[in-house]
Amino acid sequence: MPEETTLVLDEKGMFRVMTRIAHEVVERNRGATDIALVGIRRRGDSLAKRLATLISEIEGHPIPVGALDITLYRDDFQTRFPQPVVRKTAIPFDIERRTIILVDDVLYTGRTIRAALDELTDFGRAKRIQLAVLIDRDGRELPIQADYVGEHIPTTPHETVVVRVREVDGEDSVTIERTDRGQGSGVRGQ
Amino acid sequence: MEQVQLRSPHLLGLEELTREEIQLILDTADSFKEVIERPIRKVPALRGKSVVNLFFEPSTRTRISFEIAEKQLSADVINFSASTSSVAKGETLRDTVRNIEAMKVDVVVIRHAAAGAPQFLTRCLTHSVVINAGDGAHEHPTQGLLDLLTIRDRFGRVDGLRVVIVGDIAHSRVARSNIWGLRTMGASVAVCGPPTLIPPGIETMGVEVFYRVEDALREADVINVLRIQLERQHGGLFPTLREYARTFGITPERLIHTKPHAIIMHPGPINRGVELSTDVADSERSVILDQVTNGIAIRMAVLYLLNRGGDDDVE
Amino acid sequence: MTSNRGPARLTDGRGLVVIRGGRIVDPASGRDEVGDVWMEDGRMIERPSDAREETGGRRPFVIDARGKVVTPGLIDMHVHLREPGREDKETIQSGARAGSAGGFTAVACMPNTDPVIDNAEVVHFVLERARQADIKVYPIGAITKGERGEQLAEIAEMVDAGIVGISDDGKNVDDPAIMRRALEYAKMFGIPVIPHCEDMNLSAGGVMNEGVVSTVLGLKGIPNAAEEVIVARDITLTELTGSRLHIAHVSTAGSVVLIREAKRRGIAVTAEATPHHFSLTDEAVRTYDTNTKVNPPLRTARDVEAIQEGLADGTIDVIATDHAPHTIDDKAVEYDLAPFGLIGLETALGLVIARLVQTGTLSLMDAIRKMTVAPARILGLPGGTLEPGAPADVTVFDPDRQWRVTPDVFLSRSRNSPFYGWTLRGAVEYTIVDGRVSGWAMPGGEKT
Repeated sequence: MPEETTLVLDEKGMFRVMTRIAHEVVERNRGATDIALVGIRRRGDSLAKRLATLISEIEGHPIPVGALDITLYRDDFQTRFPQPVVRKTAIPFDIERRTIILVDDVLYTGRTIRAALDELTDFGRAKRIQLAVLIDRDGRELPIQADYVGEHIPTTPHETVVVRVREVDGEDSVTIERTDRGQGSGVRGQ
Repeated sequence: MEQVQLRSPHLLGLEELTREEIQLILDTADSFKEVIERPIRKVPALRGKSVVNLFFEPSTRTRISFEIAEKQLSADVINFSASTSSVAKGETLRDTVRNIEAMKVDVVVIRHAAAGAPQFLTRCLTHSVVINAGDGAHEHPTQGLLDLLTIRDRFGRVDGLRVVIVGDIAHSRVARSNIWGLRTMGASVAVCGPPTLIPPGIETMGVEVFYRVEDALREADVINVLRIQLERQHGGLFPTLREYARTFGITPERLIHTKPHAIIMHPGPINRGVELSTDVADSERSVILDQVTNGIAIRMAVLYLLNRGGDDDVE
Repeated sequence: MTSNRGPARLTDGRGLVVIRGGRIVDPASGRDEVGDVWMEDGRMIERPSDAREETGGRRPFVIDARGKVVTPGLIDMHVHLREPGREDKETIQSGARAGSAGGFTAVACMPNTDPVIDNAEVVHFVLERARQADIKVYPIGAITKGERGEQLAEIAEMVDAGIVGISDDGKNVDDPAIMRRALEYAKMFGIPVIPHCEDMNLSAGGVMNEGVVSTVLGLKGIPNAAEEVIVARDITLTELTGSRLHIAHVSTAGSVVLIREAKRRGIAVTAEATPHHFSLTDEAVRTYDTNTKVNPPLRTARDVEAIQEGLADGTIDVIATDHAPHTIDDKAVEYDLAPFGLIGLETALGLVIARLVQTGTLSLMDAIRKMTVAPARILGLPGGTLEPGAPADVTVFDPDRQWRVTPDVFLSRSRNSPFYGWTLRGAVEYTIVDGRVSGWAMPGGEKT
């Protein structure tokens, strides 16, 4: 049980952050004609869909969205117990010659993104790949940086960043839960 | 996160699997179907793991299906068949598998003519995972699972369906695995064949027995047709293949009075014109090729689910 | 594999021995009372008037049997000792020692050795080896040469050499005409013909009982009828010939009915059942443990019940083990490939007490009868009783001691028992053969 919970973003806050990222994406890429979004399951794909909606509202044309399940690409697969559930990856478009924006909820060690890049590469050669995250909480174990960051929250290993999204959890929020014991490294610890 | 796990470290049969476990395998296989459709049909989940396919009985299609599943999971695959092995030199099964295990094999997939050979293996081995790819007339669990997946794909459920298995029930591991799996998942099951090919006490497995194929097919949603082997004729279990075909062969005429949506399954290879007419095998009712594709997804799911790590909870 | 259990050789068979204060159970005389049993120079005797324990006179060797049961030495009329030919599985000596540990003072060994006991030479060999054994070993000769079922063996010569019965055990005598001639021929010696009843066409390829369990396991079954059609045939041939038939290892309810009916009609038929056939069902095969592979196979609960009824009402006269040792390597194979057979000498008494006496199926008196005087009479053996003048073959056991079956308790060369993990009741303390006393350390476990 968390000893202490701090609210970082509520529903409105999340909407504002997502809207800002949508504008940054359009600005950085000078439009969105060859852009496709790919969310990392489970919460990144909900965020990717929202981001796609926001971008298409700005640009006036639909943005393709896919979802990536990186379970089979994890480097900790052999040591994890219990085993992660394998969900479907769905990339309903050709990634060749597109700019792919990977979307995830929290960027922490960077290992999830490493796995996502490996998996995405198996679908073809994208023109470029950018990374959008709702929360960047430091603690990187690999040389990976986000191109778009909703909130930067420096945290200690005793803290857990919990992102809740309506589609999965029934509400939108980001909180920091602090525990005195344990690794507290769960970034999507539901 | 809510987790279902397989309780046993091995897959020996469907008799011992719970509904939740079968559900988990089918759901996982559903996810793997997408991997099969990718431009690069390979994921690194079993990278560095070695799998040996130990086939003491010839079976091209099951072995190939396992091999594809293993390779798509990036496992290192070793094929071992009885004809090319030291078995021909009189080595016992126990020595063969203990030698193989000493070579640090993680998974042993075994096909053997002797029922219970996979159980025997689990007693010989200390750390390898054993997957039964068919043992005598006992079980063929991955076939049972791929049949369940194929049925679920078509009907969206297994629960409440009527499945009829036609043919040589007595010598069929496919029939047994199907019966266990289907009963556990809530289907009603009937078997049909000449009494010489219906094993004693099969009713205790929860199935109805029919000797007349017309009666059996009437209520069927799924008709699973088993391969009939010529050697059974020589064993005196029925007079001739010709008579068998006339009495039990699934033909368009026999399907007239069945439910229009009823599907035809067959574990292969088909004896066309014997247990199944060509018209039926190639008809829209036939899901035989879906079974083959689902076989890969099921085997990937089983390999993935049985290759879990240690007990240390990382996250 | 070796066992750390006894025996301690306590006397050489000469002089006076007394077993004091035990419960004497002697079915031949009907005695069931607490008292003393005396023997001298290898024979049972009345209490000698000049015996003195404290002062002067002759000093007997004293066995304190208070709380113990004292019975005639147990006789197992159906064992496989594997010598000559498969001394890696068992020898006459190791099998005899296992028998002694199990409370047996005599066994009759089946002729399916290599070479087969089908002529006087092999009988002499077996008897020569038996002289060095801990207990008495009586050979049974083959009915047909090489147990091939084609031509009668030289039965008369074997009888002269010392066989006590004839059997092609392990194989059926397929040709009814040969069986008829064997029954006729055996009449002139007064020895029983002991058939292994199995229609080989009906049982072909079978490895376990045919039924629900074989269906689930996908193993080829042996139907009850495979045994019963031959039991019926051999009873009919016995009636035809007026000979004497002893049916080995009865396993099915139908056989019990056939034998009961034959006895009612006055046909000279006797029968035996094994401890595994009254203790285990085919459910034991579910793990594919090859130690459960035995012929005839373990049957259903209904058959087990019928066997127990047959024992209780006297249809089945004898309890015999069909002790059939096989090495670990022989059994560590696929179920289909494993040889049939399990070891039984050292678990028999424990199973009889736990599964028949304790459950009230048999009185201790009746159970002991089926392991002493009944087989002695069928085979025409001396012994089987504690009456004065009989050979000093005596078994002393603690009827209440429980022990757990583990691989290290066995003195047999083989370990193929299906009873690992079972708790049995009744532990042998002394086995006395011709007055030679062997004392046995307990096979582990707690006295309750």
